[in-house]
Amino acid sequence: MRFLNPSNLHEALTLLSKFPDCKILAGGTDVCVQLRGGGLKPKAILNIWGLNELKNIRDEGRYITIGALSTHTDIIRSPLIHKHIPVLAKACRTIGAVQVQNRGTIGGNVMNASPAGDTLPVLMAYAADVEVTSIAGQRWVPFEGFFTGYRATVVRPGEMVTGFRIAWPPRGERADFIKIGSRKAITISKVMACFRARIEHKKIVGISIAFGSVAPVPLRLKQTEAFLMGRVLTHKTIDEAVNKLASDITPINDIRSTADYRRHCCGVFLRRFLLESLCVS
Amino acid sequence: MKVKRKIDLNGKVTTITASPVARLLDVVRGDLKLTGTKEGCGEGECGACSVLLNNEVIDSCLVLFGQLRDGDLLVTVEGLENKRGLNRLQRSFVKNGAVHCGACIPGMLIAATALLKHNKTPSIMEIKEGIAGNLCRCTGYGRIIKAIEEVV
Ligand SMILES: Cc1cc2nc3c(=O)[nH]c(=O)nc-3n(C[C@H](O)[C@H](O)[C@H](O)COP(=O)(O)OP(=O)(O)OC[C@H]3O[C@@H](n4cnc5c(N)ncnc54)[C@H](O)[C@@H]3O)c2cc1C
Ligand code: FES
Ligand code: FES
Repeated sequence: MRFLNPSNLHEALTLLSKFPDCKILAGGTDVCVQLRGGGLKPKAILNIWGLNELKNIRDEGRYITIGALSTHTDIIRSPLIHKHIPVLAKACRTIGAVQVQNRGTIGGNVMNASPAGDTLPVLMAYAADVEVTSIAGQRWVPFEGFFTGYRATVVRPGEMVTGFRIAWPPRGERADFIKIGSRKAITISKVMACFRARIEHKKIVGISIAFGSVAPVPLRLKQTEAFLMGRVLTHKTIDEAVNKLASDITPINDIRSTADYRRHCCGVFLRRFLLESLCVS
Repeated sequence: MKVKRKIDLNGKVTTITASPVARLLDVVRGDLKLTGTKEGCGEGECGACSVLLNNEVIDSCLVLFGQLRDGDLLVTVEGLENKRGLNRLQRSFVKNGAVHCGACIPGMLIAATALLKHNKTPSIMEIKEGIAGNLCRCTGYGRIIKAIEEVV
């Protein structure tokens, strides 16, 4: 197994174009487990850990940008995230324990492309764009079209993810991240959700609902959102939205949970978030 | 092909030559003969292999040696002692009877050290969170938590 160890991004992209089927190694919290299991036997490993160009969280005018190599700990500690997208930090805080948070990166979480990746529903709810880069240049891909199927993304051989950008959330917005697993710490999610709502004079003027782990790819609940948008938030609206949601999703059965349980949780999560929004609005 | 890394290991500048795709855990236990660091699960679940890399706790079973960079700071459990012997945290573990079989203890000490570096006065909840990545099959955690609490 060849170990490729670029010292800057340009070198990394050059190596990636020469060895398009190499395995990219960031924090290694997924890759090392796969290497050990023997399921993964790459000819070459491209170590990108240490490319400091990709380890930053910045205010870039219209967007907050997050470098692909920002670790979960970097995100948890970032004052910018804390102030503007605290739910992303909340999601990162549930990823493994501190050892995994110190090493695991947001780029790795997205590119591992597990339906149970905890940052995925947050990036989905915030309509993040993914920066995909190759030696030939860079393109921005909307998160919604990023995953093409179970553990599949639009990233082509020779390309890598270099970062994410998120438009500033509007003022006065409420947001939450909710996750259910079999225990509090170090747990793989059975269902997780990210919600955002803006309510003015009891009326919903902005709403975003994303679920993870209920389908092969993270889901944005467009129909439920459309139903809620513009409505006055009441207990009746909440009941109707929860009923609507049940037909908006088709959860999966797998080793972690059943479809019925997942559908039930999704309803409970939505109800909880909307009820809380009702209380504070 | 082996690679060379010049790092600060337990306070001493050390040049290590090893395969870049070897796990840091194997280099620590094998090449460096620092067998205080343990292997439990080998996949990030148990924390027995915890070491401090640049002052942050990580699982050494999930890092490849080639990922180290010259100048990195690596501390294993062997590096916790001071000139007078066991440090305050270690003595508190002994005093509180926090050690049973001992397999998890090097990792626990490292995780607790990292916690106390970033948070001088952790609450019980924060202590529990700080060692959530370290499994102990003997003690039920009570005395370990008490031992950490006592040095706060
Ligand atoms: C004990 C344990 C508990 C965990 N708990 C959780 C959890 O609760 N929630 C959760 O979501 N995850 C969890 N994980 C999974 C993992 O920690 C995260 O997915 C992490 O964010 C992966 O990041 P990494 O940098 O370690 O990725 P790596 O392991 O380095 O890479 C993961 C994948 O992404 C690719 N890749 C990485 N970076 C890039 C890039 N920039 N461009 C293109 N491809 C790239 C790699 O080739 C690989 O396929 C857990 C893992 C462990 C070991
Ligand atoms: S051996 Fe590394 S976490 Fe268990
Ligand atoms: S003392 Fe035996 S595993 Fe913790």
